[in-house]
Amino acid sequence: MIELRDVRKAFGTQQVLDGLDLMVEEGRSFAVMGPSGSGKSVLLKHVIGLLKPDSGKVLVAGHSVPELHREELRELRRDMGYLFQFGALINWLTVFDNIALPLRETTAMAEDEVRARVERVLGQVRLDGAHQKYPGEISGGMQKRVGLARALVTEPRVILYDEPEAGLDPGMSQAVGELMRELQAELGMTSLVVTHSELCARIVADRMGVFEQGQFLIEGSPEEVLDSDHPRVRDFLGAKRS
Amino acid sequence: MRDPLSKLGSGFLAPLVQQAGFGVWLSMRTLSLVPHSLKRRRALLDQMYVAGFKSAHVVAFVSFFIGMIVALQIGLRLAQYGQADSIGMLVAISMAREMGPFVTAIVLAASVASAMAAELGTMKVQDELTALEVLSIDAVSYLVVPRVVALTLMAPVLTVVADVVGILGGGVIAVTQLQLDFPAYLLSVDEVLRDPGLLGLPQDLYAGLIKSAVFGFTIAVVGCGSGMMAEKGASGVAQTTREAVRTSIILIIIFNYFLSWLLVA
Repeated sequence: MIELRDVRKAFGTQQVLDGLDLMVEEGRSFAVMGPSGSGKSVLLKHVIGLLKPDSGKVLVAGHSVPELHREELRELRRDMGYLFQFGALINWLTVFDNIALPLRETTAMAEDEVRARVERVLGQVRLDGAHQKYPGEISGGMQKRVGLARALVTEPRVILYDEPEAGLDPGMSQAVGELMRELQAELGMTSLVVTHSELCARIVADRMGVFEQGQFLIEGSPEEVLDSDHPRVRDFLGAKRS
Repeated sequence: MRDPLSKLGSGFLAPLVQQAGFGVWLSMRTLSLVPHSLKRRRALLDQMYVAGFKSAHVVAFVSFFIGMIVALQIGLRLAQYGQADSIGMLVAISMAREMGPFVTAIVLAASVASAMAAELGTMKVQDELTALEVLSIDAVSYLVVPRVVALTLMAPVLTVVADVVGILGGGVIAVTQLQLDFPAYLLSVDEVLRDPGLLGLPQDLYAGLIKSAVFGFTIAVVGCGSGMMAEKGASGVAQTTREAVRTSIILIIIFNYFLSWLLVA
């Protein structure tokens, strides 16, 4: 479903992706861990088509993302959801209107149908009762769930998470992780998760990789990776655990 | 070590050309999407209220004093030659052709261009514009078009307010400093504004209104465009807001010259 082949990307003299390979099969969930500034978010931006690689292939559902024209890319993105680090909610729209936004702007759906769909995803992310609040009036955890609801409302087949635990306390981080796992099981989406949190990776991912210097140091099941003896993986995880 | 010419090119000229190119692209794209603005009536009305109605008191206040200044500066000199009774005509011409559109545009540049740049700049640095893009929503259609159309429509309305209030300000000076009758002052105003032009509007007035519509369009495009190009967090938003006001004022002055030449000369 998501495939990167020998992807390279440099910003100036800094090589951010250096021959990266990645495969996430349909309906599976893959977590990417790595130090700050290692290019994890750059990877996501290639998958959603916000950045183009210097070389290599980026494929989503069989489409070569960098080669799509603007309209084709928009069409593909309608099948993809993206959860931003801090929600990226439109601050003058209510929670309800934020979630309804992609339906109102990109589909011809009738308003009562929009309402029903938004109510349903609000229930899925357990946010009933927050409809008329503005993003500035709700907590970081709630904002994250609204962002998740907005990403889910178009019923995407692929969902990308950019540090879903960022800015949340450990309890809320775990709650969001469990919610992601439940939604994954319920909706059968293909997920790519960039995270700093070992806990989040353990909860959410079927497979994961630790990313450094533009490549994966190691790839496998969360248990294999997180319990690995690879010295640089141990260094990275050790620094996080200490 | 780069030579000074390279530094000039990469540090000053390249960003300038990039901004100008983006401004032209944004103007063209906005114009092409104007028919879609009717789909966003609510956003359009909101923007007309924010950009127009909320600026009206400032425009009126400034214009009142501008009218008084014009009347004072010209009137005292006219009085020396026994021509003080023409002051209404001169204030009316100054306000309708030049000062009304100009003062309105400067107030809008300072208040609305800066607000648009700050609002869209904050959205940019908080990833909200990127969010629109990944949601397949055209940010120009969703954010820029309602703002540009609203300000293009409201700038002429505010200019009429500026003209009327400025002429009243001139009337205060005519009565208190030049010892003219207010009805005689208004008669002199009416004389010059009676000359009909397009759509039956006074010729001097419609020239000013065309100018102000162009200024409104320019201010909104510069405000939105600057915001969409904001970078580097809060300091980037501050910088882009300053640039939006500066660029708007410079373009207003340049366009004012060429439009005056086209419409009046």
